[in-house]
Amino acid sequence: MQPHRLVMLAIAAALVVWVIVAGNWEWLPKYLPMIVQGVWRTIWLLVLSVAIGFTLAVPLGLAQASGPWFLAVPARVFCTVIRGTPLLLQVWLLYYGLGSLFPSIPWIRESELWPILRQAWPYALLALSLSYAGYEGEVMRGAFRSVPRGQLEAARAMGMPRFTIFRRISLPLALQGVLPTLGGETILQLKATPLVATITVLEVYAVASRVRQDTLITYEPLFLVAAIYLALAGIIALGFRWLESRRPRKSA
Amino acid sequence: MENTLGLLALSPPGWGGTLLAGLWASMQIAVGAFGLGLIIGLGGAYGKIYGGPVLRDCLGVYTTVVRALPELILILLLYFGLTDIVNQIMLGLGYDRVQISGVVAGVLVLGVVQGAYATEVLRGAILAVPPGQIEAARAMGMPAAKIARRITIPTMLGLALPGLSNLWLIATKDTALLAIVGFSELTLATRQAAGTTKAFFTFFLAAGAIYLAISMLSTWGFARLERWARRGDPPRMTGGT
Repeated sequence: MQPHRLVMLAIAAALVVWVIVAGNWEWLPKYLPMIVQGVWRTIWLLVLSVAIGFTLAVPLGLAQASGPWFLAVPARVFCTVIRGTPLLLQVWLLYYGLGSLFPSIPWIRESELWPILRQAWPYALLALSLSYAGYEGEVMRGAFRSVPRGQLEAARAMGMPRFTIFRRISLPLALQGVLPTLGGETILQLKATPLVATITVLEVYAVASRVRQDTLITYEPLFLVAAIYLALAGIIALGFRWLESRRPRKSA
Repeated sequence: MENTLGLLALSPPGWGGTLLAGLWASMQIAVGAFGLGLIIGLGGAYGKIYGGPVLRDCLGVYTTVVRALPELILILLLYFGLTDIVNQIMLGLGYDRVQISGVVAGVLVLGVVQGAYATEVLRGAILAVPPGQIEAARAMGMPAAKIARRITIPTMLGLALPGLSNLWLIATKDTALLAIVGFSELTLATRQAAGTTKAFFTFFLAAGAIYLAISMLSTWGFARLERWARRGDPPRMTGGT
């Protein structure tokens, strides 16, 4: 290792130690259970929204890449609208808009889902999933377009049914090319989760805001959540690197 | 329908004027932050390519940390941190505390965030400039600033513009985050209007339409700009094999 890197590491370590020693951390034991729960909620939101969003993104991408126009145009409009407006606005539109519309419809209020729909997290999850679907739909469009033609023609020539072609040929090939992009997009999605704190979902950022309001400490809670997000982003990056290392290498 | 249009009217019973004022604030911040980001990014890209090992590592830490942390947390940290530091300096020099205005703080904070992304975009574009061109210019005895102005920047512009276009779109959308620190830009103005009148769909959809119009106009503008910047490029090899 080069000497200047050692110096930089030493400076970084000194900064961390200084923050830990000089900072005011008395609030930590009291709020620790809430923080752990907040981290857990952030992870759940992230995992679920990525799973739902990606499930939506595959048909969105497929429709745009090779669908008939009456599927391709709506998919394209959906992606443009999601990518053209701020996520915060989408979150607020869904929460305040739908949240103010639903109580005025009697059969929704009487339905069994009402206790769930009265909470904030379904709207948060919906907004995050739709946003991920919009961005990933665009990514998947490119991925499906780049599946080599010959492969599809060969499969068709073998008499494979269309769905089998999709499952065995298009999807695996598209996924292989798109894994590094998905890793980056998933980290972007992690960075988008704190926005749902504004609609009273108590994830880790909201817990930190709560600590700051209760104790009037400005920096320490922010440093803590920053460290938590850095760690989560690192874990996601490592996870995708592992996934990529598992994919079969092309033998040229 | 009439009711809806009445709500969006420009004069005070309607909230259209408030939304437009918010839009103006958003645009000021987006333009300022994008400009500041470009300046930081250009410096950062040159530093990363031509700088010494220490400078390169410092810039690496800057771009990695900024890109790994949620913008919201960066905005809060920088918003409080920058105000504190400025005030400490002002007090140290014997002046009074200053109140940093919302626009200035917003531009500084988003500019620092944009700078990290711009560094990476511009670095990639500069690296794609054929090295022979720069060597030739050096051999002719051109000073470094002139090489940058006459050769590197015009050549890399076409390559950098798609990335910069994305950055500009991110800048316009990130201004919405300043709503959370209480700065009255378009999204917060919308929420105030919607909260007061209870017409949530009307106002959020109207604001969404405004953002969408901005993003589509910018996409079109950047596409034209890219065509202009690439006007001297040799025809590219396109298509598969």
